[in-house]
Amino acid sequence: MSDQIAATPRVGRRATRGGPRAWLRPLVPYLLVAPSAVFLAFFLFWPAVKAFLIAFQTAGGAFTFANLQAMVHDTDFGLSVRNTFVLLAIIIPLEFAIALAMAVLAQSRLRGRGFFLYVWSFPLAISDLAAGLVWFSIFTSHGYLNSALQDAHIIGRPIGFLDYTNVPGLIVAVVAAETWRSISLVMVVIMSGIQAIPSELGEAASILGASAWRRFTKVTLPLLKPTLQVGLMLRTTTAFQVFAVVLALTGSGLPVLATKTATWAHGARNYQMAAAYAVLLLLLSSLVTIAYLTLLRTPREVFQR
Amino acid sequence: MPKRLRSIALAAALLTVSCGGTPAPPSTSSSGTQKNVGQVEFVSSQGTPANEGQKMNNQVLTGFNGHADFISGPTAAQDVDKITAEQKAGKGTIDVVALQHGDFTTLGASDALMDLTPLLQQLEKDRQFPKALVDYGKLGTQKQYYIPWLQATYMMAINKKALQYLPKGADVNNLTYDQVIAWGQSIQKATGERMFGLPASPGTQASLIHRFLQGYAYPSYTGTEVTGFKSADAVQMWQMLKRLWAVTNPQSTTFSQLQDPLQSGDVLFGWDHQARLKDALEKLPDQFITVPAPRGPKGLGYMSVVVGLAIPKTAPNVEGAKALIDYLTKSQQQISAGATIGFFPVVEGVKLTGSAVPPYLNAEAGVAAKYAASKNAVVALLPVGLGGKSDQFTLAYQDTFTRIILRNEDIQTVLNDEASKLQALLTAANASCWPPDPSSQGPCQIK
Amino acid sequence: MTTAVATRTATAARGRRRVEPGRLLLYGCAILVTLFMLTPVYLIALAALSPAQAIFDYPHPLIPTGISLDNIQFFLTFQGIVPALVRSLIVGGLTVVLSLLLGCPAGYALARYWFRGKDLLQLMLVNVRAIPMVIIAVPLLVTFIELNLDDSVISVALVHAAITLPLTILISASVFVRVPAELEEAAMSLGAGRLGAVLRVVLPNSVPGLATAALFAFVTSWNEVFVAVILTLRNTTLPAALVQQLQESPVGFRFAGGLCLTIPAFVFIFFMRPYLFNAFGVGGR
Repeated sequence: MSDQIAATPRVGRRATRGGPRAWLRPLVPYLLVAPSAVFLAFFLFWPAVKAFLIAFQTAGGAFTFANLQAMVHDTDFGLSVRNTFVLLAIIIPLEFAIALAMAVLAQSRLRGRGFFLYVWSFPLAISDLAAGLVWFSIFTSHGYLNSALQDAHIIGRPIGFLDYTNVPGLIVAVVAAETWRSISLVMVVIMSGIQAIPSELGEAASILGASAWRRFTKVTLPLLKPTLQVGLMLRTTTAFQVFAVVLALTGSGLPVLATKTATWAHGARNYQMAAAYAVLLLLLSSLVTIAYLTLLRTPREVFQR
Repeated sequence: MPKRLRSIALAAALLTVSCGGTPAPPSTSSSGTQKNVGQVEFVSSQGTPANEGQKMNNQVLTGFNGHADFISGPTAAQDVDKITAEQKAGKGTIDVVALQHGDFTTLGASDALMDLTPLLQQLEKDRQFPKALVDYGKLGTQKQYYIPWLQATYMMAINKKALQYLPKGADVNNLTYDQVIAWGQSIQKATGERMFGLPASPGTQASLIHRFLQGYAYPSYTGTEVTGFKSADAVQMWQMLKRLWAVTNPQSTTFSQLQDPLQSGDVLFGWDHQARLKDALEKLPDQFITVPAPRGPKGLGYMSVVVGLAIPKTAPNVEGAKALIDYLTKSQQQISAGATIGFFPVVEGVKLTGSAVPPYLNAEAGVAAKYAASKNAVVALLPVGLGGKSDQFTLAYQDTFTRIILRNEDIQTVLNDEASKLQALLTAANASCWPPDPSSQGPCQIK
Repeated sequence: MTTAVATRTATAARGRRRVEPGRLLLYGCAILVTLFMLTPVYLIALAALSPAQAIFDYPHPLIPTGISLDNIQFFLTFQGIVPALVRSLIVGGLTVVLSLLLGCPAGYALARYWFRGKDLLQLMLVNVRAIPMVIIAVPLLVTFIELNLDDSVISVALVHAAITLPLTILISASVFVRVPAELEEAAMSLGAGRLGAVLRVVLPNSVPGLATAALFAFVTSWNEVFVAVILTLRNTTLPAALVQQLQESPVGFRFAGGLCLTIPAFVFIFFMRPYLFNAFGVGGR
């Protein structure tokens, strides 16, 4: 999306009156962005910078790397890093694949499309607390899933999905719950991208004999790259923060970076250590974001109009 | 007060809950004769279930000569955050805050609370608080940071269905840890399920595992709470815990309370805070019994916890706050508030009688009495003197549990590692030992 | 040419005969996805409407055995629910207004201009979500107490607006991009100033897309609980009033609360659904 935007010619080259206020013109985009930037800086960035800096301070205020060192040697540090990445590596591709499928389904002229789309947006209405609650009641050993399996005589005894020793079970549960909870946003982002693809391109491809699948992979997907880039960046940064669902479903069974942050902040009330974890999370988020920006860079030529 | 006497006093405090001794203090005077003290913002980390909060507002606080908003929405940690922020900003909205002892330590360390010594002296003209609990309220200093409001302890709840598997010769009111393990094993043999329960959910605020270790497991096996942290007795205890965990429901890492798993049948018997067993005991009174926690080689280790009332320095309505604390420590409100949230009164002479007291609370009071009357009780006190380091101290116990029991690390290695962290905290805070550990000159030393 | 036409007709003919199984597969997939989406919602409703102890029956009946309104009734009559609901609506509304007012100009700048720092801006916008609220909670509250705005809907709305601003900016940018620059230039050549062109040409064509941005801002604010709890005490929003209740109450209450929290959002999405998916395009499908 960013490259698409960048390629649009600047409006008003021919239409501006020129002269007296020409000096203002280069400043216009900055002036437009300024209110948002100031707002974000005041309410989020400045408090965040101060909070993040604490990671490099002792309780007394002296500069130190001790918190970061302590973090690396912390209980469950390696485990929480591993779990965070494992969850990310499964949830993100899965969500995007399903959301792509959903978007394509919605584009094809199904009857009842409106109903489907309304239902598919339900998870938007559900807070992560409620999502954690209901998915816990599904996966818990005397919960709905085991009830259904036992009623259907598929199993004789409840399966311990949420047993802390059952790491695959825990991951399946968290993936299911997280995917369900956040897929609507991804679907909307992808649908917006698909709708922006001019229909002539797809028709031209089908005239040339391309099958539906080839149309999808050779026309739709490449043109979707900018949208996917933004969607991936947004979804990944929030996925690093996955917390409420993991806590509700696993307790201490599947530590992740966000639960460690919360434990240090609210459990041990050591904001230096919590900030250290937050700094790590921010670093990882930024690295992955930059990776997306580089790997999914669309050549400008695609969009020259 | 000498530390040993303090633990006796604490036991006595628990005893007075059900037996009474000194004459009861006066109950509420009618609100019509007292001046209206206006709006009092009362924030509490207790009474969070919807029905409890409702009752606090509609029953307990109605007679107050003012208007008290009972706010239990935020978590305890968020309450501490709010008061900390109010202290930094220099003004606030919260008048009275009710937290567990462990949650007050940060606020005490940052001196965010008013010194309530004058208020306490005024209250003590017509009611007695147990000395041990009043001492807790000083948070290791000379100032009275909070006034004790209600107290509670931990115990085991047992589904009567489990009784058929009880090992022969075991007295359910006098079990040892080994007997509990054997019991769990016979249940597992018969049903294939691991039916013991422990609230092992992680420590953002729900976890009680540290209280289990500090107040029950360690004292029962080492006779100490902290000095024997990595001793040979401690290793024996952790080996016992591993065997106990082998018969514990593995979903326990998601349990922050046992009342739901007990009702759903995930757990047949387990150890928990008395107030977190409440729903199961109330809804199915004929299904469950409550008994004391098990004992170990060194005796029956147990711990009481206390909820206190404090006034932040930034409170806008100090007079109203004091009036509210006065009101809540009168005998009638002690009973009604206790019955509402599942705790015991602290004021001496207040008996848990009358129709306001639900049967389950009486049963739990009976267990408390058993603790107090036990001949080989090892009374463990809440950690004192650690100031702002208290919560990290707690975390070390939780981490020890996580590493040994959940991640299967070598017991002695973990104990040595975590002991050094504990020692660093004790030394930095200059905290001397507290009962059941023998007292120390200077910082407590882990042997 | 004839060959091409013949091929196309042949393809179409082949396609027509394949319509049935293809469509069936599509419907099948759509229904599977719908079941996945609906099941948890259905279960919340089922549990909320069960009689008290039925929740602990095992195996759980998947079809209601008895309907009881007790849990729901308790939650609806719970003290402070209605005022908290009203406050949630106010906060949501303010969030939408603020988010759009601040976000649209920035989105327009991203859509129409190339300027230095543009990539950095997008990077920062995306990483707003990487800031854990738990560590900025106290500094934020201190700021608002000093501004005399603590325990007010305004403080919550301001922070919610900040949280939703990145997505609003990105959505509005993509919306404005779809409005052809030529339309603006045409308007300006007819005598409208730049601002007039924007107001009369760009905005009217962007309403569906901006409605989507509004929708996301509203539901994000509606469901957000951590900031709301920290910044308020008495004047709290609905999820903040219930957050502890939702975690500590008996199970039946928890489900009733979960259901009551989500119904207003369902209603809101229902009315917004034409905008939810028809958005994003002037020339889209």
